[in-house]
Amino acid sequence: MIWDLMLAPFADFGFMRRALLGCIAVSVGATPVGVFLMLRHMSLTGDAMAHAILPGAAIGYLVSGLSLGAMTIGGLVAGMIVALASGFVARVTSLREDASLAAFYLISLALGVLIVSTHGNNVDLMHVLFGTVLALDDTALILLCSFASLSVLVLALLFRPLVLECADPQFLRSVSKLSGVTHFTFLALVVMNLVGGFHALGTLMAVGIMILPGAAARFWAESIAGLIAVAALIAMFSSLIGLLLSFHYSLPSGPAIILVAGVGYGLSLIFGPVGGAIAQNLPRRKFET
Amino acid sequence: MTSLRSVFASATALATLSFTIPTASWAEQPIPVVATFSILGDMVERIGGEHIALTTLVGPEGDTHVYQPTPKAARSVAEADLLFMNGLEFEGWLERLAEAASFDGAMVVATTGISPIAFEEHEDNDHDEHAGHDEHDEHDEHAGHDEHAGHDHGTFDPHAWQSLDNAVIYANNIAAGLAQADPANASEYYTNRAAFVAEIVALKSDIDAMMAALPADKRTVVTPHDAFGYFAEAYDLTFEAPQGMSTESEVSAADVAALITQIRRESISAVFIESITDNRMMEQIANETGATIGGTLYSDALSGETGPASTYLDMMRHNATTLSDALGS
Repeated sequence: MIWDLMLAPFADFGFMRRALLGCIAVSVGATPVGVFLMLRHMSLTGDAMAHAILPGAAIGYLVSGLSLGAMTIGGLVAGMIVALASGFVARVTSLREDASLAAFYLISLALGVLIVSTHGNNVDLMHVLFGTVLALDDTALILLCSFASLSVLVLALLFRPLVLECADPQFLRSVSKLSGVTHFTFLALVVMNLVGGFHALGTLMAVGIMILPGAAARFWAESIAGLIAVAALIAMFSSLIGLLLSFHYSLPSGPAIILVAGVGYGLSLIFGPVGGAIAQNLPRRKFET
Repeated sequence: MTSLRSVFASATALATLSFTIPTASWAEQPIPVVATFSILGDMVERIGGEHIALTTLVGPEGDTHVYQPTPKAARSVAEADLLFMNGLEFEGWLERLAEAASFDGAMVVATTGISPIAFEEHEDNDHDEHAGHDEHDEHDEHAGHDEHAGHDHGTFDPHAWQSLDNAVIYANNIAAGLAQADPANASEYYTNRAAFVAEIVALKSDIDAMMAALPADKRTVVTPHDAFGYFAEAYDLTFEAPQGMSTESEVSAADVAALITQIRRESISAVFIESITDNRMMEQIANETGATIGGTLYSDALSGETGPASTYLDMMRHNATTLSDALGS
């Protein structure tokens, strides 16, 4: 019974194992970034960045066809340009970063749509650009795993300054010159994980697996390490259940995974011990010792 | 887009010619017509010849399922006297486009008079026809496929041009439409039609022979999307596709798993890719089952001029040869 439901799909079909491995890689790489995005009140930045990547990936596709390398590099470059440009504008002018990011990502998105429609040949570029988790080949898997490893390593290096930026950005800026470096490296991580997520899940899905588990983890843990651990677990669990639902009930896999994560978020919202709806409104028993 | 441009260019060139060369008759202004996609455009071109100025909305290698009309397309439609469409809800965007462009010419539905394959009926036919073969006794897996038919289209399979018999009907409808709009040249349209139909019939006997030579246990073909229903019916083949009828729908793990199971059970040796779809999925399926990629089939669009399927007849010949080479070996 358990075998048929949970394990047989993975034992019988290589594409299911690949899909699961790809999702786990994305979970490990993207969710810690998502946690920091949430802590820095930048959750929507992920969505904006996802759109900013489009023109780069489209140019990559037009230059060398369905090449994973070209599309990845294109996406990374476009994302970084938008991140750097909006950060730069925020630092030298009086426009706040969220506003300049919004401006730049919209410009980038419009540019992407323009490129796709004038030079594309009407082959559905959304399908071409953004893969499905069921069709991961070896190069895509290696790319996902390298991105995840790199992301975890860089986050480990940046951990202290990042935590400081979350807690008190003014303080970090005043005691260290690393504030800017930290910020941009972090944005680079966001872009990198989104580009990796595209290959596995598609646009919106990549943002979903980055943000949703972090938001859900908020109701279970208080320390940053705890948040990251819980978020990664939720992401992996959602991937597993989502894939199984897709297998047993003929659901498209990307949306299935994100919706399971969404259900996880909903349950956390209600039952989470840290500030969840029930915990928040129960009569408190604290300070009794 | 280049094809559009070249069509415009040649249209302008024709117009200039008729001005500069005094012998060219003034009455010979080609009538502006629009065809919705490359395959239909090629047929219209064959029959209309020099008397029409043709604009094809979705050019070679383009996917008509997901086409988004441009203002340029709207202008072509507005200026056209005749609009050729496939029908059977293949061009879901056309009605709005014709309305927006306030098109007031005549519409010719090329599939008028064919016997369309209904989605459900299509599946049933496959099952009945194959009941005799040993390999097809277990139909449990097939049952899953019924669900993904008809997600995005109407009740009938629109890819009717994949049968050469239907192509003759297409040619008749096109010739009749042109003759009605331009009675002066009607006889020439019918002459062109007759020549075209003769070529279709000749090709059909070639393809009939190729398909008849396929062994009984090699008649299942795996393609990315279900575009070959009419071809399958004509030659008693079974086509399976993970993506269903439209290129728009997203694949589920269940569909892919069912297909892989079937490929393994029936020891299908080759799967095919299509020119207009994302082929990574097929490559993965081939990897996992040990099947080879048998070649590229052209389903919904012609290839560019240098490609192997730059006209309708070349496309049908290329598809049949590719299938026969991969399955017959």
